[in-house]
Order: sequence, then C-alpha cells, then structure tokens
Amino acid sequence: MTGLVATSLTCIKRDRVLFENLNLQLQTGELMYLRGPNGAGKTSLLRLLTGLSMPEAGEVTFNHAPVQHSESQFYRQSIYLGHKSGLSSALSALDNLTYWCAQHQVTVTESQIVNVLDVVGVTGLEDIPVAMLSAGQQRRVALARLWLKPARFWVLDEPFTALDTAGVALLETTFKKHVDEGGAIITTSHQPLSARAGTHRYFDLEYRF
Amino acid sequence: MRALYRGVLKRELALAFQHRAELVQPLMFMLMVVTLFPLGIGPGPETLQRIGPGVIWIAAILSSLLGMERLFREDFQDGSLEQLMLSGLPVSLIAAIKVFTHWLVSTGPLLIMSPLLAMFLNLTLDMYVALLLTLLLGTPLLSFVGAIAVGLTVGVQRGGILLALLLIPVFIPLLIFATSAVDSAALQLPYLPQLAIIGAMLLLAIAVSPFAIAYSLRVSQN
Amino acid sequence: MWKWLHPYAKTERAYQLCQILQPWFWAGALLCLAVGTVWGLAFAPQDYQQGDSFRIIYIHVPSAILSMSTYVAMAVAAVVGLVWQWRTAFMAMIAMAPVGAVMTFIALFTGAAWGKPMWGAWWVWDARLTSELILLFLYLGVIALYGAFDDKLQGGKAAGVMALVGVVNVPIIHYSVEWWNTLHQGATISKFDKPSIAPEMLWPLLLNLLGFALFIAAVTVMRMRNEIILREMQRPWVKAMADKAEGDRHAV
Repeated sequence: MTGLVATSLTCIKRDRVLFENLNLQLQTGELMYLRGPNGAGKTSLLRLLTGLSMPEAGEVTFNHAPVQHSESQFYRQSIYLGHKSGLSSALSALDNLTYWCAQHQVTVTESQIVNVLDVVGVTGLEDIPVAMLSAGQQRRVALARLWLKPARFWVLDEPFTALDTAGVALLETTFKKHVDEGGAIITTSHQPLSARAGTHRYFDLEYRF
Repeated sequence: MRALYRGVLKRELALAFQHRAELVQPLMFMLMVVTLFPLGIGPGPETLQRIGPGVIWIAAILSSLLGMERLFREDFQDGSLEQLMLSGLPVSLIAAIKVFTHWLVSTGPLLIMSPLLAMFLNLTLDMYVALLLTLLLGTPLLSFVGAIAVGLTVGVQRGGILLALLLIPVFIPLLIFATSAVDSAALQLPYLPQLAIIGAMLLLAIAVSPFAIAYSLRVSQN
Repeated sequence: MWKWLHPYAKTERAYQLCQILQPWFWAGALLCLAVGTVWGLAFAPQDYQQGDSFRIIYIHVPSAILSMSTYVAMAVAAVVGLVWQWRTAFMAMIAMAPVGAVMTFIALFTGAAWGKPMWGAWWVWDARLTSELILLFLYLGVIALYGAFDDKLQGGKAAGVMALVGVVNVPIIHYSVEWWNTLHQGATISKFDKPSIAPEMLWPLLLNLLGFALFIAAVTVMRMRNEIILREMQRPWVKAMADKAEGDRHAV
C-alpha cells in the first residue's frame, strides 16, 4: 500500500479514548473530507497522520516507512496547515514565507513569493508585520504555502476558517486542480465542501464517551 | 546545513532583532539584583568581595531564568514550531541552533555587564578573570539544560515560576563550582579544576540536551 | 526476554497486579518495621559516644537511603515509559513521587532533630542534609510539573523527562555538595568488610531498611491503583468492577 496509511491507530487525550483501531488510507488523486462533531478527534487524527504527535497504539506509514523516518520522505512531499498559522507576528509575510521555504528546502525567489501572495489576494502587504494583518489575510498568507512548496500530500485542518467567500472559492478550485494533477488532500471543515472542490470521499469520526 | 542556516539561524536572529527591547530586560534585572546586595548587607568592601562571586552568579542564574521562557514560547503559540518540526530537518539540530542563538542574544550579553558588576562588588582582577571564565563556560550550560525544561513547560499556562522551580535545583552544582573557582582565584590558588568540571558539564549538556529538548518539544506537541 | 512484562502495560493488568501485591507489601512492611523498630529502640546497645540519641538512625538512615533509591526507581520507570511507550510506567512513576518526597522530608526532619544534640543547632549546612534538601526540591519540581498539565498522559511524559534530568544531576549534586562541605561523620553502613557499626546495632537497621522499602512499595501500589481508577473512570472494565463491588455490598 503506497500513499499515507494509518493502521489501527488509538488516540487517548486527557484519558479519554478518542478513537481506537482506526484505519485510514490516503492515495494520490483523492480528496478526503474528514467529518465529525467537535471533540471527536479530527485535529488529533491529522496531527497523528503528520507524525507531530505520537499515537498510543498503531502506526502511520508513508510509502511503507514510518512518517517520522527520513526514508519515508514524507516531509518533502507534504504540507500541514493547522489551526495555528505558523507565522511569526513580528516578521513580515515575505520574511515568514522566505524562512519557511528555506526550512522546507524549497528554492524560490522573492518575486515568486510576491506573485503567490498576489494569487492568494494579499497584494502590497508583503512588507508589513503579520500582526498588522486581519485574521483572513493571515490565513491567506498561511495558505500561500500550498502554492510555494511542490508537495503532493496536503493535510489541512480547517483551512476555510476566517476566509471570505472569494477565498473559499479560490481554495476549493485549487483543491480540484491539485487532485486532478495527482495530488492528495485530507481536510476538515465545518461547512460542507461545494461542487467546486470536485469529487471527494467522506471519512466520519464519531464522538465517543 | 544550508536549510538550517537560512531557515533557522537567520530567522532566529531576525526575530531577536525585532524583539531587541525585550532582550535588554534580563540585563537590567541582573544589574538591579546585584545593586540590592550592597544596600541590604552594607557597603563594606571586604564583605562585598566575600559575597561578590556568589551574588553575581545567583543574579546571572535568576536573570537567565527570566529570559529563558522566550526560547520556544512564541514559536509554539503561533505554530511556527510545528512547521519547523514538519520541515524534515532534525529537531535536535533545530533545538541546538535555537538554544545557541538564544544564548548569543539573551544570556551571553550578561558577560558584557560583568566588569561593571565586578567593580560594584569590589572584586580583584584575578577574581574578575576567573568570574569571566566561569560565566563564559557556565551561561551556555544554563541555556542548554534550561531549554529542556522550557520545552516541557511550553504548553503549560503560566509556566514561568514552574520553570524556576524545575531548574534552580539543577543549577546548584554549577553555582558551587563557579563560585569556588572565583574564591580560589581570590586566594591565588589554581582554579583550573573547577573550570574543567564546568567545561565537562557543558560538553555533556551540548552532547545530550538537544535530543532531550527535541523529545520534550514532541511531548508538548501531543 | 522481557515479553512477560508487556501485558502490564495495560492498565487493567497493572491494576490486578497491584491488587495482588498490596497485602503482601503491607504485611512485610508492618512486620519488619515492628521488629526492627522495637529491637532498635529498646534492645540494641547504646552508642558509647552519643548515648541513646543515636537511635534516630533507625529512622533517619533508612529514609535517607530510600529517598535516593525512590528517585532512581522513578527514573527507571520513566525510562521504561519513554522507551516502550507504557502509560502504566508513568503512572507508577507519579505514584512514587510524593512517597519519595515524604521520605526525603522524614530524612531531613530526623536529620535536623539529630543535629540538635550533636551540633547544638536544628539546622546545620552539612553536606548530606543539603543534598537531601536539594533532592526534596527535585521531587517537588517533578510533582509540580505533573500537576501543571491537564492532560495527565502528557504530564506523565514531561515529569518523566524531568526525573531523568534530575537523576543525571543527583550524583553531580551529591558530590559537589560533599566537596563544598565535608563535615558529616564518615559513611558507616556501606563498609561491610570492616564494619564500623556493631552487628547488634546493624541488624535492626537492616530490618528497618527493608521495612521502609516495603512500606514505600505498599503505598506506591495503593497510589497507583488510585491513579489508574481515577484516570480510567470512564472505561468499561472500571465500570464493570464498580458494578461488581456494588453488587457484593448489596449481597451482604
């Protein structure tokens, strides 16, 4: 099994079992929409999938190797965007993205970053500290990473938060384009995805007591 | 290596430059703590010389504790830390670089103040040289060991006082060896053994602590 | 070769093991402590220098030795937890921490009380007492760190890392403090080849040492059962057990 595979995952948070024996498979060319009520463990599952947190039992593999191991090359081929924007508020959007690209070993020029910021609709604001931007603009800067890093696997936690309708539309069409080009996306959201996002598969998490 | 330099080291320095006003605060704190001692104990030059090394070292430990929280807190809260951990770069190396730059911009400058403090507390030149050497070896030790506890408490609300509770007992051997080195210097005795022990502890900390810091950051991400 | 241990990573099995061990630990502890204390306090010969006041060693020495060993045991539990990802290992570690802290406190208190007739002051900055005091700080740090976390699993891991940092430091602290101040009497108990303590004084001491160790084990096992029940309250096996206990009570 290639792609991102989770086998018999168990997650315990605050001594509550969020899920047990969970199996999940994400292949290229697929958009997976993770649904579930608040507290069901959607964020926990996404963080487990990226290897940010450690499961109580079970494992997550990417191309047959555990995600955290360098041989899986998962971090070269994936982007995770969580609730937190991952932007330092004291630095400008341009600086934030430049350092991020350097960390993720993506070679880009300054004009490329400015162009991407243009695409996501943050024009002319690249030089002011991120703290001065609105929540929606900060989210757009965070999302600009999707255009900058040529990664096939996107793990997105509530990417639509704070976006206006134009932003939602832009992101959904980008989803479709990415999946059509052979990418893979797993995402959560409180609003259902519209037809613009293309076909998608549901994965439901239930709230357990 | 280039990714570490351009993505982590340069970013740390840029952030430090943005927060330069905050970086001065531990320095001022140290100066003020040292000033309290002559006022509280009396200005007798001999008394001051007697307690001087201990006072300077205690002030250095306290002020480094004060500034240490900044090491991971902001990056943790705004999510930069999780992006760093998902970059595929070894987390232990990232941690080592962050600790080193933190020492460079925040704890290291304590050394700059040391001549002034030595003058305040009436230290002789021999004592001052010994003090400077112990600070040079000891303050990075504070940063490397302290970073483990900072990584553990970064997710805890109001972790500041907790950090001090965790670290003060751990720093006691350093305080003992550092002050005794200066005391030996005051008596014209060799103080190389004490320096060697501090150096050995520093080397051990540099070798082991990045892995412990990486693990503690992973625990905090859970 | 450690395969037989793995079932105890499950909380239910660990709970059952604690339940089985607890009465044995208690029985052994009470027996050893009763015999050792009566022997030591009433029948062991007087010390030719210190008279009867030396008898405090029957409490001071075991508590001081075991305060250190409990810290080491915590570190061992932490290593097991960190390496094999056992939740129960962290629970055991946390169960030990306050017991060890109390042992440290007893050692400090009896040490201070002993110091009054010996040195004429309640507190002297003697090397061993100072190391014990720092050890108490280390214990309190671990307990405080665990208490600061809402997620007790995460708190256990964090406290485990801190216990390991502490255990690396304990020998450094011990020798640095010893070097800092060498006032105390020489080590009396570890020199078995040339005993500087009379055998009729030593036997009750060893009995008490064993008694204290079993007492610590008994309290730890009790605290661990509590910890498991408290944290697994919502699990089916705990509910089934509670229902069964309830049923038994009604049957009586």
